[in-house]
Amino acid sequence: MLESVWLIPLLPLAGAIALGLFGRQWRQRVVSALGVGSVGLTFAAALGVAYEFFQQDPGSFPRVQRYFHWIAAGDFAVPLTFYVDQLSILMVLVVTGVGFLIHLYSIGYMAQEGGYYRFFTYLNLFMFFMLLLVLAGNYLVLFVGWEGVGLCSYLLIGFYFLRDSASAAGKKAFLVNRIGDFGFTLALLLLFATFGTLDFAQIFQGVGDRPTETFNQVGVLTGISLLLLCGAVGKSAQVPLYVWLPDAMEGPTPVSALIHAATMVAAGVYMVARFHVLFSAAPVALAVVATIGCITAFYAATIGLVQTDIKRVLAYSTVSQLGYMFLGLGVGAFAAGIFHLVTHAFFKALLFLAAGSVIHALHGAQDIRTMGGLRKKIPATYWTFLFGTLAIVGFPGFSGFFSKDEILWQTFVSPYGSKVLWFIGVFAGGLTSFYMFRLLLLTFHGDSRYTPVVAERVHESPRVMTRPLMALALLSLAGGWIGIPAALGGKNYLEHFLAPVFATSRMRMGTAGVPHTPTEELELMALAVGLALAGFGAAYWMYLRRPTLANELAQTFHGPYQLLLNKYYVDELYQKYIVRPLDWLADRILWQAVDVEVIDGAVNGLGFQARAAGDWLRRWQSGNTRSYAAWVVLGALLLVTVLVWVMR
Amino acid sequence: MVPISYYLVLSGVLFGLGVVGFLLRRSIITIFMSIELMLNAVNLAFVAFSYLHEKLSGQIFVFFVIVVAAAEAAVGLAIIILVFRNRASLNIERINLMKL
Amino acid sequence: MSASYWLFFIFAGLAVLGAFNLIWQRHPIHSALSLILVMGSLAVLYLLLGAEFIAAVQVIVYAGAIMVLFVFVIMLLNVGEEERTQWSRVATYLGLPVAVLLVVQTGYLLYRAVPMAIRVDPNRFVGTTRRVGELLFTDFLLPFEVTSILILVALMGAIVLAKREP
Repeated sequence: MLESVWLIPLLPLAGAIALGLFGRQWRQRVVSALGVGSVGLTFAAALGVAYEFFQQDPGSFPRVQRYFHWIAAGDFAVPLTFYVDQLSILMVLVVTGVGFLIHLYSIGYMAQEGGYYRFFTYLNLFMFFMLLLVLAGNYLVLFVGWEGVGLCSYLLIGFYFLRDSASAAGKKAFLVNRIGDFGFTLALLLLFATFGTLDFAQIFQGVGDRPTETFNQVGVLTGISLLLLCGAVGKSAQVPLYVWLPDAMEGPTPVSALIHAATMVAAGVYMVARFHVLFSAAPVALAVVATIGCITAFYAATIGLVQTDIKRVLAYSTVSQLGYMFLGLGVGAFAAGIFHLVTHAFFKALLFLAAGSVIHALHGAQDIRTMGGLRKKIPATYWTFLFGTLAIVGFPGFSGFFSKDEILWQTFVSPYGSKVLWFIGVFAGGLTSFYMFRLLLLTFHGDSRYTPVVAERVHESPRVMTRPLMALALLSLAGGWIGIPAALGGKNYLEHFLAPVFATSRMRMGTAGVPHTPTEELELMALAVGLALAGFGAAYWMYLRRPTLANELAQTFHGPYQLLLNKYYVDELYQKYIVRPLDWLADRILWQAVDVEVIDGAVNGLGFQARAAGDWLRRWQSGNTRSYAAWVVLGALLLVTVLVWVMR
Repeated sequence: MVPISYYLVLSGVLFGLGVVGFLLRRSIITIFMSIELMLNAVNLAFVAFSYLHEKLSGQIFVFFVIVVAAAEAAVGLAIIILVFRNRASLNIERINLMKL
Repeated sequence: MSASYWLFFIFAGLAVLGAFNLIWQRHPIHSALSLILVMGSLAVLYLLLGAEFIAAVQVIVYAGAIMVLFVFVIMLLNVGEEERTQWSRVATYLGLPVAVLLVVQTGYLLYRAVPMAIRVDPNRFVGTTRRVGELLFTDFLLPFEVTSILILVALMGAIVLAKREP
């Protein structure tokens, strides 16, 4: 099975091609079967690979499966290789598992929408690229996957392309990603220049031979790491390239769940973890990672406090949680960052799908101010949403609790962490609790604020939608149990599972054996939980007991409230200081001056010259015999002149 | 006993007169005759050079020139007759344009 | 001053006069007759250069056959004098000076080509019929035969072109 790891990305690709070419003619049932079936088979294949993995000696990994020569141009040779180790197997399982559930859900959610086959085509294509990204064995294959998921994101965000806002959002996502990808491309060039290859195994070897760069001695490794980080910042929506993610909510909800919560945005996190060897040799870059992550976690949480669209709140929450993952990576806790990636995939996908269920129930309403009291009407949705909320705020026992705590603890104690970062992270956790419970209470509790017309038609979603919700809810609860820390009496399976992957870095960084003072860890845990409860309490007070309090506060603190509501006006700032000048440059200078005058001028000028010359020469061919005779004589004279004077 | 160069200059003068006639006259026949004059001038030059270098090949060449001039005259005059039948004029201005 | 000296100047002068007259005359028949005069003069000049055979051929073929053909055609067509029409500007203003230049340059070239000291003695190098014939049938056999084909082709061409359609 391991040799057939190529099946994993190939099955969804086959599905995408089949659906793309023929889907239009098939009935919905066939499309559903093919679209979901391909992913189901992939998940089965992933399980097969994982099973075989466990049969074998962990020390024999990482294994590189080489398939064929893709590029062979002189010194530059890039084969198609897959890199199989604990990390990639974990990622594959998460991507295919969660992806499968979301595909199932989509059967119900997209049933009435137009373009059903197109949806599944793009979704399958996305799975292909994502799996390619995760399994890649060299930078170029990874880059193909990287760009491919960006492409599919664009296609899926702009799925309802007849809506202006949707296609604009798709373009925005693609362009902002491109900015990050530019950094990534520069990193690729630097990597090749420095190591002469793009292969992971060879590069990791090469980095191992080099000394660690320090704050005073910044070198090429730091440069490469920072450039790779650019790409990650774009893809994983960190500050300052996060602006595309909230707009991406224009896409159908399953898309938001799969791409913009569970998988694609996690690609940046995966990438940093995969290249831990590089980053750990460049502490400057790591510090930047941690700082960006921390700032993003806090920043996005503040915006999420006041948003009114159910999906927007979740979008900012995603940005914030991704910040946590980067924070974990940045302090050297690579396993913790990945752990949070996994749990986040579970509970964020769940939250989005549940939100989709709410939207489905209310026939398209997304504004939480028009919701309320849905608890009894759509109980399955409510309970699963509750599970997701408990997971994300870090309620003890749920998956998010373990992963987030691990990150915060590592931030506190790691030699690469800092108390300041920890403090901001913990505080952001409190904010997370507040806005999530706000969302829950406003949507499901209290009085119904929707119109009676809608009230008549509120109904629970079909089983094909609620079953995946329940599966994800279960994972949101139990998924964290693979990482119960020693302080609480667990064995932290995940950390040990991933340890061989990150071993070299941990040795270089000296974080291999961080002293665990159990009491310290428990104290911090208690503090975090306490903040979470405080957040719940505040939300409960504000939105259930005293509903008018919210508006009063908004009036009193009018300035800050407007600032948060308008997302710190970042979009407007970008528009004014970046987009408009570039647009002007492109239009006035590159278009009108260079393209029209220089290039067109040159080409047209050539044509014009040819025509003018032809016009001028034409007159010579007068048809007038006598003038022809005269020219003949002239020619004769020239010849004689040459004979006389030149060729003495 | 005249210097050989006198013969050559004479040849040149005759040739030039042929060119002038070729350019200035209006009747096709006269133009044709100017061409014949040019040919004759060249023949004279050939014979003079043949004498100079004491090789007979110059005179042989003159022989061939005369033969070709004869053939050319025959065909050319036939064409002139045809042109006259079609245009009823031998004025080169009338049949000036090669385009119909 | 031997006879050949005076003969040269007389007949050279006649040739030039004839050529000039050819250009000057308005009726083509006069031009034709002038051309015959030129050819005759040239024949004498050939004799002065020792080219007996060529002189004879010139008179028999060129003046005696070709020019007769010309005269026939002129009389057949009976066009009359040339009309006075507009001159071609290009031909006059471009052609005339160019022609003059051509003459001058060619004359200069030819003049300088040969040292002045070499003088023509008609007896020194004679192109007898025998010698010309020898060359024609040995070294120049191929062109000789080809010209026969050439004449044949010209013959057919002339007939095809000039015959009246029935």
